[in-house]
Amino acid sequence: MIALLLSGNDGLLPFDAVIIKWIIALFALVIGLRAALRLRRAEAPEAAEVDRDTAMDRIGAWVQRSAIWLGPIALVFAIAMPFMPFADRRFIDLAILVMTYVMLGWGLNVVVGLAGLLDLGYVAFYAVGAYSYALLALNFGISFWLSLPLAGVLAASAGVILGFPVLRLRGDYLAIVTLGFGEMIRIILINWYALTNGPDGLSGIPRPSFFGLPFTRRPEEGVTSFHQFFDLDYSTLHRIIFLYYLILALALITNFFTLRIRKLPIGRAWEALREDEIACRSLGINPTNTKLTAFGIGAMFAGFAGSFFATRQGFISPESFTFIESALILSIVVLGGMGSQIGVVVAAILLIGMPEWFRDLQQYRMLAFGAGMVGIMVWRPRGLLAHRDPTILLSRFRAKRKASP
Amino acid sequence: MTAAGEPAGGGAAVHVASQPILTVEHLTMRFGGLVAIDDLSFIAGATEITAIIGPNGAGKTTVFNCLTGFYQPTVGRLTLHLPNRPLYLERMEGFRIAQAGVARTFQNIRLFPGMSVLENLVAAQHVKLMRASLFTIGGLFNLPGYRRAEAEAIEKAEYWLDKVSLVDLADENAGNLPYGAQRRLEIARAMCTDPVLLCLDEPAAGLNPRESAELNELLVFIRDEHRIGLLLIEHDMNVVMGISDHIVVLDYGSKISDGTPEMVRNDPNVIRAYLGDEDEDGDGQGAAGC
Repeated sequence: MIALLLSGNDGLLPFDAVIIKWIIALFALVIGLRAALRLRRAEAPEAAEVDRDTAMDRIGAWVQRSAIWLGPIALVFAIAMPFMPFADRRFIDLAILVMTYVMLGWGLNVVVGLAGLLDLGYVAFYAVGAYSYALLALNFGISFWLSLPLAGVLAASAGVILGFPVLRLRGDYLAIVTLGFGEMIRIILINWYALTNGPDGLSGIPRPSFFGLPFTRRPEEGVTSFHQFFDLDYSTLHRIIFLYYLILALALITNFFTLRIRKLPIGRAWEALREDEIACRSLGINPTNTKLTAFGIGAMFAGFAGSFFATRQGFISPESFTFIESALILSIVVLGGMGSQIGVVVAAILLIGMPEWFRDLQQYRMLAFGAGMVGIMVWRPRGLLAHRDPTILLSRFRAKRKASP
Repeated sequence: MTAAGEPAGGGAAVHVASQPILTVEHLTMRFGGLVAIDDLSFIAGATEITAIIGPNGAGKTTVFNCLTGFYQPTVGRLTLHLPNRPLYLERMEGFRIAQAGVARTFQNIRLFPGMSVLENLVAAQHVKLMRASLFTIGGLFNLPGYRRAEAEAIEKAEYWLDKVSLVDLADENAGNLPYGAQRRLEIARAMCTDPVLLCLDEPAAGLNPRESAELNELLVFIRDEHRIGLLLIEHDMNVVMGISDHIVVLDYGSKISDGTPEMVRNDPNVIRAYLGDEDEDGDGQGAAGC
């Protein structure tokens, strides 16, 4: 059958794409081998499930332990990436896109992974951030660096506003209301023509400058541009590389913030809230404040990412903020393994990078996406790298105390 | 509604050796037409173990839920006697009651199963740590004040882990502990909030005789060393009769007896509620929980 599949255009598929056939062949092989193995071993399925879960957890635990050296390596690679020979414009553009989703995934991880609040309308805060920057810059001429915190604050406020009505909801009900909220923001953006220019979107959003040095070939009178200041030949790549470093920095801030806050009382309260809200109340944890801060902080990071998106594109319209984006970000978090920071990176590369890379097969993108998701749910229901390490260890605390009496 | 101050049915004067920590006056809780608690009044001493007993469905857990803010009582006043001022619990939100010093455990254990044992105990000290971390800002920069507070919190957790003999399991996930250990952890977690009144909802349920003897020791230790009041719902009569200073007996939401263990044991009302009436054919309400 494999030979049949691989022998030219045989009418099995409506097009001639060797890679798809290879993938199908590989799947057939794997499924066949697994079936053969199962038949031979004929083991109890429950035991196999437990084995699989522990094996999965081991992989997650291994990655988490290795994060100490894996993280810096990945970081060095990320920093050096734009200067590597394979990094052409298309590649860096793709890296920027992946990084944006990594940042969104890390931001959503606060709400979904830590606080356990299923949020299907996360893109709304992304939109608030993008429009905040666009409107502030176009109407008041406020620079990117000043708009960035403002956009974060505005998005966080939107998060708290969403938080209030959903305080009493959990699980599916919460998901539905957040989904509705996401659509509301999009519909407001379409219909509030006077402010947002409706479906036509906002164009001419100012590009970011390198601490006041614009990335233009011929700057205005009295302004020095980036390439003049550093005495370089003008290249459009400068701006792209700058944008790449900008989103890298923003994403890293998100990451370090989340890693740190997990170890703080508020982070533990989020996790406790995810585990048992009633027990939280009986311990004096204010569930209202705890939930609202989770929504607010998660939304703030989406706001930062949104302003970055606006300045990168130079043009935004409500079309960029549809439900499918929310679903994509949530898929990244779930696929990576809830609460896993490295998992989000892996999942973002898989879900954003791969489809862009295989753009020629665009029409089969959703098909592959769906098949991939089904595969994950069958083989890795808790996500690729789901594993949770305690934030404090008594053994470590005791060792530290012994070291410094 | 019966007249003020008259205990419904019990008759005996409430025996409280120490200062009261909690007074419950005319507590009534109705769910639609169902009266779960009917005009209940009792006093719990500040350094005493007060047990609330009664057949299944007598309304014991409902009393706890009213006390800890999960239900709003229909009628009644619940006063917590703090050293400087009294607090009226009936109108307070659950988490504020907990902050005021009323800790509780649950009939069906409610731990944070995905978090480690130590994290459970540190999360319980949230209010204090939150303040020490200057509402997260100081904690983000790891200021010395927060570091000290965190070390203290871990030390307190360690102390209670030692008391409930869970030190070796400190870094284990709470959900993976055996049942008895989970019960003990829940008590330790409640104690980490520095309560003045600890409410335990059937702490001995599902424990074997050895474990329940250890539980008795732990509860007596908490009363004698930490000088706080304990309120206990229990079916295990070894626990109740062995360690209680004061017993309140409920049946169908009303108090039928109130006093020392000896008084309650010999109270004909209690015997009738648990074992049925001798004059009738003897089936009564069954011997639930005896």
